[in-house]
Amino acid sequence: MNRAVPLADTRDSEVASLIARPRWGERIAEVAIKAVAFVSIASVVLILVFVGKEALPVLTSAAVHKEVTFGSMFAPRDVGGESLYTWQPTSDFPKYNIVPLLVGTLKVTFVSLVIAVPLSVAAALYVSDYASARVREIVKPAIEMSAGIPSVVIGFFALVVLGTWVQHAFGTEHRLNAIVAGIGLAITICPVVFSVSEDALRAVPASYRSAAVALGSTRSQVLLRVVIPAASSGIAAAIVLGFGRAIGETMIVLLASGNAALFDWNLGHSARTITATIAQELGEVVNGSPHYHVLFALGALLFLFTFVVNLVGARIVEGMRKKLGSA
Amino acid sequence: MSKVFAMAVVAMALSGCTRTEATPTAGSGSASAAPTSSSSTSVSVKGSDTMVILGQRWAETYMSQNPGVTIQVTGGGSGTGIAALINGTTDICQSSRPMKDKEKADVQAKRNAPAVETKVALDALAIYVNQKNPLKEITIPQLSKIYKAEIKNWKDVGGPNHAIILYGRENNSGTYSYFKEHVLENADFAPATQTLAGTSAVVDAVKGDEFGIGYGGIAYSEGVHTLSVKKDDASPAVVPSLATAQDASYPLSRFLFFYTAGPATGNAKKFIDWTLTPAGQAIIEKVGYYPLPK
Repeated sequence: MNRAVPLADTRDSEVASLIARPRWGERIAEVAIKAVAFVSIASVVLILVFVGKEALPVLTSAAVHKEVTFGSMFAPRDVGGESLYTWQPTSDFPKYNIVPLLVGTLKVTFVSLVIAVPLSVAAALYVSDYASARVREIVKPAIEMSAGIPSVVIGFFALVVLGTWVQHAFGTEHRLNAIVAGIGLAITICPVVFSVSEDALRAVPASYRSAAVALGSTRSQVLLRVVIPAASSGIAAAIVLGFGRAIGETMIVLLASGNAALFDWNLGHSARTITATIAQELGEVVNGSPHYHVLFALGALLFLFTFVVNLVGARIVEGMRKKLGSA
Repeated sequence: MSKVFAMAVVAMALSGCTRTEATPTAGSGSASAAPTSSSSTSVSVKGSDTMVILGQRWAETYMSQNPGVTIQVTGGGSGTGIAALINGTTDICQSSRPMKDKEKADVQAKRNAPAVETKVALDALAIYVNQKNPLKEITIPQLSKIYKAEIKNWKDVGGPNHAIILYGRENNSGTYSYFKEHVLENADFAPATQTLAGTSAVVDAVKGDEFGIGYGGIAYSEGVHTLSVKKDDASPAVVPSLATAQDASYPLSRFLFFYTAGPATGNAKKFIDWTLTPAGQAIIEKVGYYPLPK
C-alpha cells in the first residue's frame, strides 16, 4: 500500500461521512413533506374511486335499471307522439333524462365564455403591452384578486339585481335565465382567463417584439401579427381553463339560473345545470336509491369533463412553453 | 435544518386548511355536525328552511336564559333534517311537513328508537305574486293547473294578458313536498318551474318579476302581494292570518314540527318543552308564523 491511498481514503471517508451522516431532522422533514404530497394525491384518487363506485350501479345494478338505465338518461320519452326530455326524479314515476341538464350547463357556460373571453384577453393585452409598470402593478393584482369574491355573493347579486337589469335590457321571458347566470359566471372566470393569457403574452420573448419594431411595424401590427400569434396557444389554454372553471361552478348558477330543467336553446329561458342539480338534490336523496346513483353518475360525468378539459389546457400551456423556450 | 422543519410545518398546516375547507363541500349540506348526545350541553337542530329563522330566535332566547347551553340551528330543508335525524347527526329535526312512514321506519331501523313528533307552530303557506299584479284571489284547482302548466296565461285566472312565470322550491324542501301533495295532488310540477334554494330566494324572484308566482311560508311575504285562497270555486276566499290558520279555514295552513329519535331527554327535552310554553309561543308571532291553537 502506498501513502496516497490512505490519503484518498480519508478524503473519501470524509465525503462519505458527509453524505452518510444521519441528519434526522432533514429526513423527518422530507418524509413529512412527501407524505403531505401523497395525501393530497391520494385524496383526489379516493374521491374519484368513491364517486365512480357510487355511479357504477347506473351501469350494472338491476334494481337501478328498473327506474333508469344509461340509455334512458339520454333517450327521449315518447308521450303522445311527442319526444320529451324530462328531469323529474322525485315524481311518482321518476324521470331521469339528463339531456336538459347538459343543455342547461352548455347554455350557461357558453354565455359566460362569450362575455369573459374578449374582456379578459383584451385586459391581458392592455396589461402586458400597453400599461405602464405602475398601472400594471395596480390592475393585475386587482383583477386577480377578484377571483377571491365568494361565488355566493356574486350569485346573490345576480339573483337580486342582475336579473332585473337583464330582463329590462333583453326583454327575456324568465327573469332568472342562462344570460344572468352566464354574466355571474363570467365574473368568476375572468381572473382565470386574464391571468393565464397575460402570462402567455408576457412569455413572448422581447426579441420578437424588437424584431418586429425594427422592421417598421406599428404597435398594433406587432400585437396582431407577432405577439398574439406567438401566444395563441396560451390564450387557447386560458379559454379552456376558463371553460373548466365555468362548467364546475355551482353557487352562482344555483342562485341565478332559475334551475328549471328545460330542453331548449333559448338563452332567455331558465336553465338547470349539472352542478346545481347535484347541489339541490343530494341533500335529501335516499342513500343507495336509483336517484342517488344517478346523481353520482352526473358527478362522475362532470369530473370527466373538467379532467379532460384541464388536461387539454395544461397540455397546450406546456406545448407553448416548449415552443417559445426553444425559439 | 430548522428552515426545512418550518417548511414542513407550514406545508402540513396548509394541507390541513385545505382539507377542512373541502369537508363541507363533500358533505353537500348533509350530516356535517357530529352527533351529540342530548345529555350534553350542546343541542343540534337541523332541517326545514322555513323554520330556520324561528329555530334561531328560539335558540337565542333560550340560550340567553340558560347560560351554558348551546343550541345550534341549521337549515338545509326538511328532507335534509330528516336524513340527519336518521343518520344520527342531529338531536332535533325541524320539519315543515309530517314525516313519511318510510322515513319513520328508517329512524326506527337506524336509531333503534321511534320518531317522536312534536307540533310546535302553525304556518300558512302563502301564494306570492308581484305587487303590480292586480289579482286578489285564486282557487286551489287554479293553482294546481298553473303549476302543471295547464293554465299558462294570467288572463285565464283574471289577471293581465301575459305568460305566468313559475317559481318554486327545490325538492329537498318540506314546502315543496307540502305543495306537491296538497295542491298538485302528487302530480309533477311543470318542467318550466324554476326551483330556487330557500323561500327568501323565491320571494326575491317574485318581487322582481311582474308576472311571477311563488309559494312559501307567510313569514317571508315581505315586498310581495299575498293572494287570498279559495278551496274551490264555491268556497269563500280566505286571507292567510292567525285566525284562519288556527281554525284551519285557510286551505293551505300546516303544522311545523320537531322530530326526535325516541322521546327527547336532557337539554333537548327542556328546549322543546320551553318552545311550547307561552314565552316560547310568543316568539313565533314575532318571526311571522302562528302559535298553536290553545
